[in-house]
This record gives sequence, C-alpha cells and structure tokens, in this order.
Amino acid sequence: MATVAEQWVLVEMVQALYEAPAYHLILEGILILWIIRLLFSKTYKLQERSDLTVKEKEELIEEWQPEPLVPPVSKDHPALNYNIVSGPPSHNIVVNGKECINFASFNFLGLLDNPRLKAAALASLKKCGVGTCGPRGFYGTFDVHLDLEDRLAKFMKTEEAIIYSYGFATIASAIPAYSKRGDIVFVDKAACFAIQKGLQASRSDIKLFNHNDMDDLQRLLKEQEIEDQKNPRKARVTRRFIVVEGLYMNTGTICPLPELVKLKYRYKARIFLEESLSFGVLGEHGRGVTEHFGIDIDDIDLISANMENSLASIGGFCCGRSFVIDHQRLSGQGYCFSASLPPLLAAAAIEALNIMEENPGIFAVLKEKCKRIHKALQGISGLKVVGESISPAFHLQLEESTGCRERDVKLLQEIVTQCMDRGIALTLARYLEKEEKYLPPPSLVQP
Amino acid sequence: MRTEPGGCCCRRPVRANDCVANGEVRNGYVRSSAATAAAAASQIHHVTQNGGLYKRPFNEGFEETPMLVAVLTYVGYGVLTLFGYLRDFLRHWRIEKCHHATEREEQKDFVSLYQDFENFYTRNLYMRIRDNWNRPICSVPGARVDIMERQSHDYNWSFKYTGNVIKDVINMGSYNYLGFARNTGPCQEAAAKVLEEYGVGVCSTRQEIGNLDKHEELEKLVASFLGVEAAMTYGMGFATNSMNIPALVSKGCLILSDELNHASLVLGARLSGATIRVFKHNNMQSLEKLLKDAIVYGQPRTRRPWKKILILVEGIYSMEGSIVRLPEVIALKKKYKAYLYLDEAHSIGALGPTGRGVVDYFGLDPEDVDIMMGTFTKSFGASGGYIGGKKELIDYLRTHSHSAVYATSPSPPVVEQIVTSMKCIMGQDGTTLGKECIQQLAENVRYFRRRLKNMGFIIYGNEDSPVVPLMLYMPAKIGAFGREMLKRNIGVVVVGFPATPIIESRARFCLSAAHTKEMLDTALKEIDEVGDLLHLKYSRHRSVPLLDRPFDETTYEETED
Repeated sequence: MATVAEQWVLVEMVQALYEAPAYHLILEGILILWIIRLLFSKTYKLQERSDLTVKEKEELIEEWQPEPLVPPVSKDHPALNYNIVSGPPSHNIVVNGKECINFASFNFLGLLDNPRLKAAALASLKKCGVGTCGPRGFYGTFDVHLDLEDRLAKFMKTEEAIIYSYGFATIASAIPAYSKRGDIVFVDKAACFAIQKGLQASRSDIKLFNHNDMDDLQRLLKEQEIEDQKNPRKARVTRRFIVVEGLYMNTGTICPLPELVKLKYRYKARIFLEESLSFGVLGEHGRGVTEHFGIDIDDIDLISANMENSLASIGGFCCGRSFVIDHQRLSGQGYCFSASLPPLLAAAAIEALNIMEENPGIFAVLKEKCKRIHKALQGISGLKVVGESISPAFHLQLEESTGCRERDVKLLQEIVTQCMDRGIALTLARYLEKEEKYLPPPSLVQP
Repeated sequence: MRTEPGGCCCRRPVRANDCVANGEVRNGYVRSSAATAAAAASQIHHVTQNGGLYKRPFNEGFEETPMLVAVLTYVGYGVLTLFGYLRDFLRHWRIEKCHHATEREEQKDFVSLYQDFENFYTRNLYMRIRDNWNRPICSVPGARVDIMERQSHDYNWSFKYTGNVIKDVINMGSYNYLGFARNTGPCQEAAAKVLEEYGVGVCSTRQEIGNLDKHEELEKLVASFLGVEAAMTYGMGFATNSMNIPALVSKGCLILSDELNHASLVLGARLSGATIRVFKHNNMQSLEKLLKDAIVYGQPRTRRPWKKILILVEGIYSMEGSIVRLPEVIALKKKYKAYLYLDEAHSIGALGPTGRGVVDYFGLDPEDVDIMMGTFTKSFGASGGYIGGKKELIDYLRTHSHSAVYATSPSPPVVEQIVTSMKCIMGQDGTTLGKECIQQLAENVRYFRRRLKNMGFIIYGNEDSPVVPLMLYMPAKIGAFGREMLKRNIGVVVVGFPATPIIESRARFCLSAAHTKEMLDTALKEIDEVGDLLHLKYSRHRSVPLLDRPFDETTYEETED
C-alpha cells in the first residue's frame, strides 16, 4: 500500500508541474526566492539601541538635574510646629505650658491614667522587659499575646482574634490579605485614611458609594450583578467585599448595619467592619456597633479595631471566625514582617478589658456625657456640630465657609488657640490634603 | 553633633579595630589549596583597592550549592508535592478527616474566599513543620529564654499547651544584638518610672495632641547619635517605611530597589506610585547600568526625564547576612545625582566601632546618605522606627508623613527605653557598658563564624555581620534541624520558602552581646552534633567572592502600578 501511494505521489507531482499554468509557477518561484532572502538578510535592529553614542549618553547624564528631594516647607505651615505636651496626656493636660482640660485625645473611657493599667504594665515590664526583639514567627510570641487574643475573642464572642502591633497597620494589612487584583471592594466615601491605604495596597477595583447612602450602594451592587451576568465565568472567581466603619472618624456618624447585612446576603458580598471608634463605646457592653444594633456577630466576616482609643493602649486587633482570621497569620504583612506588640502594652490592654467587663455601667455614663455636650454645643453661632449625639468624637465645622480652605483652617486654628488660652484643649482635624480621595471640610475634632 | 573623646565629628578612622580584624579574618578564612587561596586572596585585595573606597577588607562569600544537594532538594520537594496532591484528593473525598476551618453554611454560595491552590503550600508543606515557628515564650527574650512546651496530637493542625516550660533555652533567634532585652538594670528602671508618670498609651496622633516632651527629647538624641541634623520617630518600624516612602516619591519618580529588600520597603515603594526597577543583590554593575539607562532614556514611552531617582538599600540583609557595599553606592549616587534611602533595621547598633551602624562601619560621612532610616526593635530592645536626615527633610516629613497625621505616637515607656539604651551606647550615662557590648558582639561574631566555617557548614554573608545563615537546603532538614536543636535546649530560627528561594532554605542565627563564650561553645558543640546527624556539612571550601558572580546583560524588571 505504501509504495503504491508513494509512486502515485511522485508521478502525480511531476505531472502537476508540467500541467500547472505559468503564472502559478512564477508566483511560487518568487515566494521561494523571497523566503531565501529573508533568511539570509541581517537581523532587524530595534531603533532605540543604536541611536545614541557613548559621548551623547555622558552628556545627557551630566545635564540631568533631579528635583530637590523634598520641596521646601514654609515656616508658618500649620502643621509644622507641634504642640508640646509635658506630662501625661490625661484629662488635665499641660499643652505648651498651659493647663487645659483635654478635649482632644481619644481617651473615651478615661483609662489612660488608670492605676490598675499602670500596675499591670509594670508587672509585665518587670517580667519581660520592654521590647520583644522579633516578629511573631521567631520567638516574638509571648504568653501575654496569646492571652490577649483569647480575651478579645471571648469579649467579642467570636472564634478567634489576631493582634497587630500598630493600629494603622491593622486594617491596612487585613484588607490586602483577602482582596487581590481583580476583586471588587465597595467602600464608603468617608472611609478613613488607613482603609484607603489598605485598598491601595490590595490593587482591587474600588467602587465608592456616598456616605451612609444604602440606595447608592444598592445601585452599585445591582450594576455589578448585571456585569456578572454578562460574564459568569469571571464572576465566579471575583470576590466582593463591602468595607465600612462602625463609627466614622471623618463624620462622627454610625453606619446602618442592618441594611448592610441584608444587602450582603442578597448580593453575596462579605462585610469588613472597622470599629476603631465604636469598640468600647457603642453597645450595652461595649462590644461595638453589632451589639448596638443587635446583629449576630457571625454575620460580619471581619471586625477590625485598634486598641488606641477605648483601651488606652497601642496596637490593633482583628476578630472573626477562625476560617477568616487564621489566613492573616501567614499573609498579613503587618503581622508577619513586623516585631510583635511589646508585652507591657498587651498587659495594659488585658487589664483595660477586665475593667470594661467588670463595670458595664461606664458605657451608659459615656453616652450620657456625649448627649449632654452635644446638646450644649448646639447653639453656638457660626459653628455646627457634625456627628451623632451618642458619638464621643464629633466635628465642629464652620457654618459658612469663607470659600478658601486655607482661610478656613486659619480661622479654626485661631479658635483652637483662643480655647487653649482659656484652658480647653481642642484640635484641628488633620488631613493630608493631597492624598485623601474625598477631603472632608475643615473642622475641629472633639473626642 | 556627637561628643566623642578624641575623635573628629564625621570621619572616623577605623584603624584601631581594623588591624586586629584583618589578621583574624584572613587567618580564619580556611582554604583547601594554596592555589585557590592565592587567587581568591588577590581577588579580595582587588575589591578593597577599588579606588581606595574601602578602608577594610570586605569579605563576603556565598558558596555555591553543591550539585547533588540541589538535585536531591528538588526531588524532595517533588515527593512532597505528590503527597500533597494525594492528601488533597483524600480530603476532598472525605477519606481523610479535614482539620482546617471551613466556610459558614449560610455563605457557602458566596465566591470562595481563598483559592485552593494558594493554600496548597500552607496545607501540605508548611503544616508538617509548623511547630518550628510561633513558639511562645514566657520570659524576657535575652540570651536565655523560657519556651512554653506545646504538643500536637493531630500532626500540627492544633496545639495544646502541656503547662510545662522549657527553661533556659539558649536563644539564637531573637534580634537582641547588644543585649538590651533585659528586665533588670538602668533601662528597665527608667522605663518603669516613666510608666508610672505618663501611663501607657497616648491616644492621639503626633500632629494633634500626642507630641509629648519625651518625643522631642528622643528625636534630638537620635539626631545626635546618627550625626545628622534632625530626626523623627514613629511607633512602628514597618509603618515607618510604608508610610514615608510615599511621602517622598510619587508618580514620575524612579525607585531602584535591591532584589532582596524587606517587605516594608517593597510595600512603601508600591504605595508611592513611582516606577520600580530592581537591581541584582548588592551588585554595583547592575545598579550602575540601571542608573545610566534611566537618565539617558528617561521615563518609558514618554521619554520625559525622571523627577527624582531614589535608591533603596538595607544595611544588613537579614536573610543573607550580607552588608551593603555602601562606599560604592555612595560613589554612584554622587555621580548620577540620585538620592539614597538606607534602611538600617538590623545594622544600627550592631555594626561599627561605636555602634552607629553601617555608615560608621565603613568610616563614611553620615551626611552623604540622604535618608537614614532604622528601627529600635533590634539593638535597643524597644519598638518603633526613625528617619534621620537634613532639617528640610524632617520638616517636610513632620508636615506630610502619613504617620504623623493619622497614626498614634510611640508609647512613653518605650520611648524612655530607647533614650536610656541609646545614651548607654553613646557612653553618655558615664559607664563603658555600651562600648563593651559592641566589642563583645564583634568578637562573638568573628568567633562564631570562624568556628562554623571550620566545621564545614555553608555559611552565607559577610564576615562581620551578626546575622549568620547556615544552609540546610532540603525540606525535611528544616524541620529536623529546628526540632533537634530544641531537644538540645537551643532555640534557633529556620526559614524556608517563601522568605527564601525554594531550594535555599536555611537556619539563621542572630548573635548577641549577651551571649557569653560558654554559651557559644555549648551551642557550637550541639550544632556540630546535629550537623553530623543530619549530614549538613556541605562545604567544600570553595567560596566564591561576590564579585565573581556572573552579571548577565539581561534587561531589568519593571513593575508599574
């Protein structure tokens, strides 16, 4: 069979060659010649590599002048000269030599100068020294850290908690651990700077919705659903997250959590709740905004808070189900690559938790005081109070802006200075003007 | 400026220690044959006579991986991967019990939170030897430490604490270079006093009401310690990098960063929005080529000139134990008008005759480095970070750094610990304790490295670096080494993928001034035993000085966000 086929092919070929029309043969011939030419011609050089001579390159190097490393800062930049506080930053504070009542620290429960906290920290200092000399993975895990994580998990009634050594790094490391390139995050426009940095590090798609506006969020979610239906295969691997704060730092308002949970189940997005200001403030026992609204804590995928406000310590924590939290132990950048929290700060936080658990009455007292101050400040001419009545941190904004942000800031700074002369310490809300996505209007913060 | 008895402000001639160092180092460098010795020695001389930039020999070596070992390592990982697939299969079909946590029932139809493959390494390789990490301790992390014993009955999926404490384990894993991790002594007493007075927390940011007088005092002290005009301190070392690099560079600038830079530097560079190009580790030709190309060709596509070029390097690289070639980097920086950001997380306090870091070690001028950054966690026994430089730089950072505006200031007792330990190192507290610690550390480093090399292990890094990586290579040996050393009462740190390249897993020793010679001898004896038991003595004494590593003319990697 094979030989017959071979013979057939050869004979046929020769015959075809004789019988082919002339133009056909000529075209084939030209094609073959062209291929041979291409094979033997020189390789094509990229334009850039051959243009500049060595001398020209050296001239370019000589000529190039970089910008100065930092632009000069004018001497009267409002943030250049810090207020110097001598002595402990407790309720009576000495700022720049003047004694004032402290309305500027986030010391909500007044635990900053509590003797029990100091005693616990001192005991830990005597046992373990100050620093931990290593990250959690390499002999930096102390029994105090494990205790604190247990206690926080029990307090918040979740399965597990994880501690970070710095409040800012907590949410900024937690978000990129879960949300990667290609995932979608729906975040409130008034989210704080740490959340913005976490989102930037995660490289996900960010969709902003108007502050506390559930209709706007629903609109965005619906649009996303329509997109998903167009491309179901991509939708199956795109994770969706909603990031909100319990009590917003920039506006002093509380997020509408029940509606958010409904939206979560309807559109299948996970909720990350940032409770820095609401932990230890809202709720009957201080468990935060979930207790305030009476929502089951398992409905929230991740709660992140920092211990620098109510707990009067330093650091931050995340709590939630083990399924979610355990992942951060290997992929949370601020956890794996950074030294752990000094044990004396952890011991102080445990003692603060003890105090919170022993006297649940302090939260009601705090709410009362907040309501009173809120009411008392309502009538001041020229300033309006922005924030919920039970929020311990709220903003005082100018009723009518002068039109220029700098002048507003100067005016508010004047108010602050005059208040300090009279013995009340307030502070101007600080923002990095060029970095924030949605700059809130200038205001005074009053925690 | 620093007040040093009998020395000028900036340039510090390193003659005193240098002669001793020269003699010991060269004698201690073992060679197998005279020929290679002559060749290698001449190559090292070539490096030191490189335009007279180096005042002392720069002995850094990375011995090549023996071929057989590399092959066996790959085989080992192959076997583990196969078994990993088998176990996953069994778990999927419920033949094997599934130990790890699962999603809630109500959320099972959500898009899954983790990709299965992402966790393959964690589930199947990391889990097997997980007991070597996260070991909890319950005493001060000094030269000896108490480790809490824990057991696992389900192959490391969960741990139970037996309640026993393994006492007095020799600690070769904590970053305690000068031995300031103590719970007694002047530092602790001063910190206790400040704790009583100021409390623990601060509850405010630097720009609002969190700037205590203690912080101002600390910053002045740090500036005088480093020999710069001004300094600024932050609450967390990691955050110092990730929050200040974006304040200094932005889109339109170029960052040239070393291959093996720390995660915080990489994160800071990414968040800034600048273009990042990576040069080969400690390789000056690679850096020079990138600089030349950057200035000549400008920004990609638009060809506009770059606004600024920033070089990111570290003083000591903690996974390799190598020291940056600072004199050459500074020469390049001056020639091409770039800016230098030096991260001295591990080298401050640990290098140099007066403990002022890698600038002091090479005898250079601190004003040549534009931005000196470091952390207080390692040599000062506290926590936090700092940045030092010219006054304009610090003024700019005080107004524009993310940390000053949004993050809390450092805690007062921690600040006091730094102040006391820094004064001790500088000799300002009236004792010579600081100087003794520095000398003790240098001696310990030389002794330890020499002995390990003599035993036949492959040790990476520079002769003077207190970080000593000992190569293990094979995945099974990672777990075995960690466990065997703990049985013999020595706590070590073992590192594998992804912190190191996949076949180059290692054990890393961090030496401390608190280690006495007896402790080092005990440790060395045990390491010798374990080395024989696990066949870890791979070295064939064919160390290749770094300059010989072939530099291939490949184009750079460019990462843009």
